[in-house]
Parts: sequence; C-alpha cells; structure tokens
Amino acid sequence: MKKIHVIASAAALTAALSTNAFAGATFDSVKKKGFVQCGVSIGLPGFSNADEKGNWSGLDVDVCRAVAAAVFGDASKVKYTPLTAKERFTALQSGEIDMLSRNTTWTLTRDSSLGLNFAGVNYYDGQGFMVTKKLGVKSALELDGASFCIQAGTTTELNLADYFRSNNMKYTPVTFDTSDETVKAFDAGRCDALTSDQSQLYALRIKLGNPDGAMVLPEVISKEPLGPVTAQGDEEWFKIVRWSLAAMVNAEEMGITSANVDAKMSSDDPNVRRLLGQEGIKGSGLGLSDTWAADIVKQVGNYGESFERNVGQGSALKIARGLNALWNKGGLQYAPPIR
Amino acid sequence: MADEQRNIAEPAKAALWRRPAVRSMFFQILLVAGIGYFGYTIFQNTLSNLEQRGISTGFGFLDQEAGFGILMTLIPFDETHTYGRTFLVGLLNTLLVAGLGIFFATIIGFLMGVARLSRNWIISKLATIYIETFRNIPLLLQILFWYFAVLRPLPGPRQSIILNDTFFLSNRGLYMPSPIYEQGFWLVMLALGIAIIASILIARWARKRQEDTGQQFHSGIAAIGLIVGLPAVAFLIMGMPLSWDFPVLQRFNMAGGMVIIPELAALLVALSIYTGAFIAEAVRSGILAVSHGQTEAAHALGLRPGPTLRLVIIPQALRVIIPQLTSQYLNLTKNSSLATAIGYPDLVAVFAGTTLNQTGQAVEVIAMTMAVYLAISLSISMFMNWYNKRIQLVER
Repeated sequence: MKKIHVIASAAALTAALSTNAFAGATFDSVKKKGFVQCGVSIGLPGFSNADEKGNWSGLDVDVCRAVAAAVFGDASKVKYTPLTAKERFTALQSGEIDMLSRNTTWTLTRDSSLGLNFAGVNYYDGQGFMVTKKLGVKSALELDGASFCIQAGTTTELNLADYFRSNNMKYTPVTFDTSDETVKAFDAGRCDALTSDQSQLYALRIKLGNPDGAMVLPEVISKEPLGPVTAQGDEEWFKIVRWSLAAMVNAEEMGITSANVDAKMSSDDPNVRRLLGQEGIKGSGLGLSDTWAADIVKQVGNYGESFERNVGQGSALKIARGLNALWNKGGLQYAPPIR
Repeated sequence: MADEQRNIAEPAKAALWRRPAVRSMFFQILLVAGIGYFGYTIFQNTLSNLEQRGISTGFGFLDQEAGFGILMTLIPFDETHTYGRTFLVGLLNTLLVAGLGIFFATIIGFLMGVARLSRNWIISKLATIYIETFRNIPLLLQILFWYFAVLRPLPGPRQSIILNDTFFLSNRGLYMPSPIYEQGFWLVMLALGIAIIASILIARWARKRQEDTGQQFHSGIAAIGLIVGLPAVAFLIMGMPLSWDFPVLQRFNMAGGMVIIPELAALLVALSIYTGAFIAEAVRSGILAVSHGQTEAAHALGLRPGPTLRLVIIPQALRVIIPQLTSQYLNLTKNSSLATAIGYPDLVAVFAGTTLNQTGQAVEVIAMTMAVYLAISLSISMFMNWYNKRIQLVER
C-alpha cells in the first residue's frame, strides 16, 4: 500500500510540474481571472506613474488599458506590477505578469533569446545625455573622461560603451538598480552626466532638486524603439496586444477620438466602419467582441490623445511628437490596416 | 517436540521482507530514489520548458563579449572582455569588500566589546549606545545613509580637497598616487619574505627558550626591526626602484593614480559598523563567561592585568566567542550583496544584475551566483571550525 502511495504521489507531482503555458493559455487565464496583470515601471512620469491615490497613468499604462478595453470592454480591469529594469523579463518569462509595457527597447537579443515577443512600437526613442548647465558642455563629444550615472540592466549600458568605444573616448560608468537612485546620485554630483532614453531624461529632470540647472544634450546616440512585450507561446494573446496598439494608431489616422467615437459609428467611411465593428471581420479573428476597437478609443482614446495627455503638450513633459507623429505627418507611427 | 525446542533456543530466521534491517533499508533506498527522481524531474522540466518558450540555455554566453563597462575592477577589464570575465570582476569585488569588512568589523567589535565592560562609566555607556543604535537599524538604511552622507558634503572633482598635491578628496572618491615597480624591486620583495620567515623562527625560538629557562625575549621588537629594516636596506642597495603615478585633474575627473570610490567606502563603513556591533556583544558574552575566579587566581600568581587578559581571560573567552564570530563573518559576506543598492559593482550587481539582464539566462547566472556565495561561506565556516577546534580547552 505504502509503495502505491509513493508512486501515486510522485506521478501527481510530475504532472503538476509539467503543466506549462501553451497555446492560448495566457488569454484563457486572463479571461478567467477577469483582469490583465501588466508590468510597468516603478515610476516614470509620462510613461507609467502612480499618483498619490495609487492610480496609474502614462503612455505605457494606456497600452495595458487598451488591452483590457479590448478583452473586457472595460479599460479599468488592469492590475499593475511595478518592475525595475532588471526584474522585468524574468517577471514576464515566469508568467507573473501577462504583458510588459515598460519603455522596453526592441532588440534582436531580447526578441530571439529571451522567449519574448515584441508586439509593436508605442514610442520611438533614442539615448541621450543630461548634464548640469554649469559643466559648460555643449555636445556629447566633449564628454571624454566623464563619469555617467546609468540604470542597470538596460540597453543604455551597452550603447554608452559602444559610443565611447567608436569615438575613442574614455568614460566611467556608475550603475544603479532603479532610476530613482540614478537621479539621486546624479543630483549629489556623483557623475558628470546622466544617460538614458531621451524621453526618460525629460521625465527624470523633473525629479531633480533644481531642474533648471540641468540640460539635455542634442545628440541621440542610439535607436530605442519602445513597445509592449508578451511571453512567447501564446500567439492569440500576442495578437490581441499587437492589434490593440494598432487600433489606437489607426483611430488617430482616421480622426476618431474618444469624444466623437459614438458619432462616428454612423459614418459612411468603410475604413471607419470596419474599425468600429460595423462591418468586416470585426473582432472574431482575435476572439474579441465586435466593438473591441471602439471600446479602446472610447475609454483610452486614440494614440494621439494618449500621447498629448501623458507626454505631450497636455503634460508636464511637453515632448514634441517628432518621430512619434503619424507616418503621413512626418513621423514613424504606422499601423497595419484593419480590414 | 525436538523441533519446538530448537525453535525456542534459536528462533528460525524470519522471511526476508519481515526482517527490520531489510525493511528499513528498503524504505531508505526508496526514499533516496524518490528524492533523486524528484530532483531529476525538476531539472528536466526546467530545461524542456525553457526550450519550448524559446529561452536560450547553457553556459555558452560566458564566452560572448560583454559590451558594457564596470566602475571598479581589480583586474583589467573593458567592453571587449567576456561575460565570464564580468563574473571574475564581480567575484573579486565581493571578496575585497567582504575581506576588508571582516577585518575592520573584528577590530571595532573587540574594542567595543571590551569597552562596554570598562569600569569607566563614560566609555562603557558610549559603547552601549553604539551597539544598541547600530545593531537595531536595518543595514540597507545604514548603507544608503553612509553613501549619501559621504557624497553630499564632498566637493566636486574640480574643487577637490587637496593634501600635499598627492591626495585628492572629492565626491568621485579619494585619489592617491599608485606605485610603479621598476627593475630590481624583486629584491625588496625577497628581503621582505626573508624577514617574515626569520621573524616567525625567532618567535618560535623565543617561546621555547621561555618554556625552558623562563627568560623572556622581545621577539615583537626584533620582528619589526627585521621586517622594516631588511627591505629598506635592499631598497637602498637597488637604488630606490620605485616611483609614483600621481593623479592629475583633467576636464571632468582625476586621471591616473589609485582611487577609493565612495561606493566602496560607504559599503565598507556600513558593513563594518553594523557587524562590529554584533561582534562586540559576542566578545562581551565571551569575557563574561570566564569566571572571575580565573582573574583572581592569575593575580594571585603575580600576573599583571595586561598578561592576565592576554594569557588567561582571552584564550578562555575565545571558546565562546568563535562560534558567534563565525556567524557574523558569514552574515557580513552575504550582506555585502546589498552593494547593488548604491552601485558598488559586486558579484550581485555586475553578474546577477547587468550580465543576467543582457543575456537573459537567469537560471544559469543565479545558480552560479548562489554557488559562489555557498563556496565563500563554506570556506569561512571551515576555517573558523578548524580554528575553533585548535583553541578548544585541552582536557588533561
């Protein structure tokens, strides 16, 4: 009898250990638990930041909300997991979060060897430098021999090394775990410059004791396409995230906003009608409701609205659209058509 | 009948499966096999899951080019070196801060432990305040406190506090000249080696002479004379084969020379002071464990207070102190991984931090890091156990 028990429990253990997240598992579990668990930054104004009441907002947060709106028809069905740069991929690989929307750069290494899928680009960024004005530096090429405060586990660390190697200059890296510590050390004068994605530099500058004493240098030394990420192994879920973002960009292109989306329902334009679920394939291919895209626009807004509200003119950051303008307005934001 | 009688005298052997020894052996083998199978299943599952999710595995990444810089390295390192090298760099930085931390914490701990027992009211109360304050504040807060307490008041590199044009203190660290060994310096090193060996021999001879004749010989003074004198003579003979590389202020930072970075200083101060408080209590408990009769007996034999402490009290107290000291050394080594909070490039920050994140091979990197901490801790443990055995009371 005892022996049978041992064998039975060993078999049960093996069975329990061999369950893994395959085809549709993430999507199914999201539907079952009734919310999206979304990995965001610990606090980066404009991208993902919590206010004093614990409400998250930002450009990256809006992607999480768009996915929730598409799946549940309710953008508020999101729970947030704040992660440092170091923790983010492990959290996604282990299934602790359903998706990662945390100003994460799309690179070959990450896409091919970490078991991740990048669902698109919600912000085209590039690495830049912030220095104190009294240093009297006008260009990054004058920074030979300087020391730099960096956040650990980012592409920033690698780009910095590449830039100084290719320009034959010396530098000292001082690496910290969180962006908060990085800013504090820069503020305390530990480094001559702080380097990070340019969008972050503007956000971090607000956190300095004297923001006006610091300036961002004009050089952009890298390409940093930032976007939402899902774990490999659930294509259905990956496509929902990809098309939620695409719907926001398409909505901006068609001039559909959170304010006029109801009126646009009766539009004659077939493109608009297809996006809003009046005709065509609607949401069936993705396993979503007919009005999935309309729900996103109604509750989160289109890409342009989200941009202006969080990082653009309606925010403290006042970042210009630049590369992030629509493709037909001189930028790079271009989404595959919904048809 | 005859059969029965034989049975009483010498019971027939029970069936194989009824013998207690065989049964217990059987279940033990079963248990070990079960545990082995359990471990194997976890291992296989991890591997197959990693593979199915497209996460790369194996230790091949150690040969790839790292491509990032590290703030402080004890061995030459730049971006073109491998991830395997970042492991070494991090390991050495961890060993450095742990070794220095153990050294300073021991000194602070012994001083404070004795001070707390002092008959001088002020000294004993000050020691009590030190111990109770520092061992009751979380270490991470202390590290952050020291880091920003060290950084904030210091001037920038261009306004460095300069001492004698040799030492430059700023918020980038303490810069000092580094020695450059020229040809012929080997003789100085050789002289130093000979002096150290000679000192040990003299000390042995002096002890033996004291045991035989009771006469004392000041071997300490002789040793200092030898260790300073002999290399100095060699140094002069070879025509002073040593020069200094002085740090020079450049546009942003100092260049050349050696530097103690503020991250190392803050971490070292925090670890030493925190662990020192615990060691002080261990020392106090050890001294109090030696009965007062020992002191009185030593005094009755005519020993002065100094030798009484050194020859009678401390050796007996050590038996109580060493096991606790071992735990504190282990704690200090493991606590040094908090370095990552202030940017000191230790094993956890460099290897389990940046390298892990750039390669994404969490399982391998974390396993290696854990193995290193286990190995360091076991070595400390083994050494301290050996020392503990050596100083145990020999019962005659």
